[in-house]
Amino acid sequence: MNIASILAKKGTEVFTARPEQSLREALSLLAQHNIGALVVVDEVERPVGLVSERDIVREAARNGQLFGASVASIMTCDLIVAGPREDLNSVASIMTARRIRHLPIVDEDKLVGIISIGDVMKAQRDEYQGEVDTLQIQVLSGPTGTARTG
Amino acid sequence: MESGYARIGSGLRPLRVAIVGAGPTGFYAADHLFAQEDLTVEIDMFDRLPTPYGLVRGGVAPDHQKIKMVTAIFDRIAGHPGFRFFGRVELGRELTVEDLRAHYHQILYATGAQTDRRMGIPGEDLQGSHPATEFVAWYNGHPDYCDRHFDLSVERVAIVGVGNVAIDVARILCRTPEELAATDIADHALEALRQSRIREIYLLGRRGPAQAAFTNPEINELGELLGADVVVPPEDAALDELSRAALEQTPDRATTRKAEIIQSYAQGQATGKPRRLTVRFLVAPVELVGDDEGKVVAVRLVHNELSLTPAGTLQPKATDRYEELPVGLVFRSVGYCGMPLPGVPFNERWGVILNEHGRVLDPDSHQPRVGEYTGGWIKRGPSGVMGTNKPDALETVEGMMEDLAAGRTLAPQVEDAAATERMIRQRQPLYFSYEDWHRLDEIELEHGRAAGRPRVKFTRVDEMLTALGKVRGGRKLAHDWAG
Repeated sequence: MNIASILAKKGTEVFTARPEQSLREALSLLAQHNIGALVVVDEVERPVGLVSERDIVREAARNGQLFGASVASIMTCDLIVAGPREDLNSVASIMTARRIRHLPIVDEDKLVGIISIGDVMKAQRDEYQGEVDTLQIQVLSGPTGTARTG
Repeated sequence: MESGYARIGSGLRPLRVAIVGAGPTGFYAADHLFAQEDLTVEIDMFDRLPTPYGLVRGGVAPDHQKIKMVTAIFDRIAGHPGFRFFGRVELGRELTVEDLRAHYHQILYATGAQTDRRMGIPGEDLQGSHPATEFVAWYNGHPDYCDRHFDLSVERVAIVGVGNVAIDVARILCRTPEELAATDIADHALEALRQSRIREIYLLGRRGPAQAAFTNPEINELGELLGADVVVPPEDAALDELSRAALEQTPDRATTRKAEIIQSYAQGQATGKPRRLTVRFLVAPVELVGDDEGKVVAVRLVHNELSLTPAGTLQPKATDRYEELPVGLVFRSVGYCGMPLPGVPFNERWGVILNEHGRVLDPDSHQPRVGEYTGGWIKRGPSGVMGTNKPDALETVEGMMEDLAAGRTLAPQVEDAAATERMIRQRQPLYFSYEDWHRLDEIELEHGRAAGRPRVKFTRVDEMLTALGKVRGGRKLAHDWAG
């Protein structure tokens, strides 16, 4: 299974912010769309960073005046991105190992989506469930050609 | 109380759902809908073919009969009193989305991903180069493909791709006529494969053994073929440094086992079986070479090496080493792609219906279109095994139930199952019901018993119509026109 199979059922919209936008604006985007992170893009829509709710919480604990600060001032610049055809299981282990919760997906230099660790876990769970179910049909199919389910 | 005022989904006013596509996802979704508490639901399932089961009948390999046992579950679902099947009724031909909106509260599109992705290399359309799915549909007796011709008089064939479909094709080409005769392979394919002169079969993977898409039971099964030795060149079987490091960092039993099975083929000795199946890794076709008559005579391959992406996956990168493999037949199996349905928004980038977790989206507003849903491969693309469609269908059905509870359904002019059937009969007098299918199924099984096979399939729609007495001497019977 690859990343595209997650993105295929997430519509087409990727919510982004610009580096110069304020954190107040970023917060309202997160709240409005009920999401956990925004990909920060430059003027040609190339991803340059990521700002997550955790980044904002961390800044809020330190700085009472954070609302006016820019997205650029707290965003993660050391960005890891993946391609849509990359294998889900390999990406899952990198996300787990490096504690990455949001991964922007880039195809031919263009931002095409973002996946969360929750998306990855759900896709993996569905894949395993499907394999178990398919194996059960094969194992439990009776000699007369009747299949039983649990 | 008039039905117009009753709650949709109550006994007085059942929720009416149209499911387009009679494959596993359609049945799993129907099952999830019937399992809802406090919900009375009437489901009409449509398919462009006369027969149900989708890829279980037309895709799953004929020598994998056990997996086809899932049809017993589908039959149980179809036995629910609220279920009807309309085979040979196609969206865009006999019915439009508007028709469905006028007759149902909710519509679920589950039409699968039917076409092969192209390789995008010169020579791809030469004679003797085919999509693997067409060969699969042909040997499985799909009515649209039964007249296809594949030149099995050549000695060498290449299959591009190392997914389970590629493995199926290789296995069917390697099987002895006796092995094939014990399956429900289509008669025309059995006959053609009996005459096959193919001796050398190559499976070509662009990445290494650790990244191959086939699953372990499939690669393991190749070692049990009666008519073919399996060979992997030792240099192809060895794991490269990056794959080895990745496995050490994230140990994975299935991948380790996969590498072991492939190693065992590399170390095995040929036993003189009539055919040889060679599995190659880290090679990708760059061109199909043709002769003066436009027929494939070779595939030109580039050798790949793996490189690590920032997200931690190993991707192939072409080197400057090339080779030419003489073959007379090429099957490409590099992925499937969905086809747009008339009147339904499509996401061209991923080759799926434009959707968010199964809710069909309006292409302009990106908001859900009321009452329209999707599931399976046409929702998420071709991934996973058959059973993966069960949780996938559940996700969609959960959305349908949420929307029903919130009053977000279509408002059909007609909420009457009998009136809907009259409309369908008008458009397609010779549709196939599930009862029709049960009768066809019985006849196929009976023919199978007579021939000592699991079943003998009907492969032509006119034969199915004649067998059921729906047409005689090429003329429709009067009762088929009755409303």
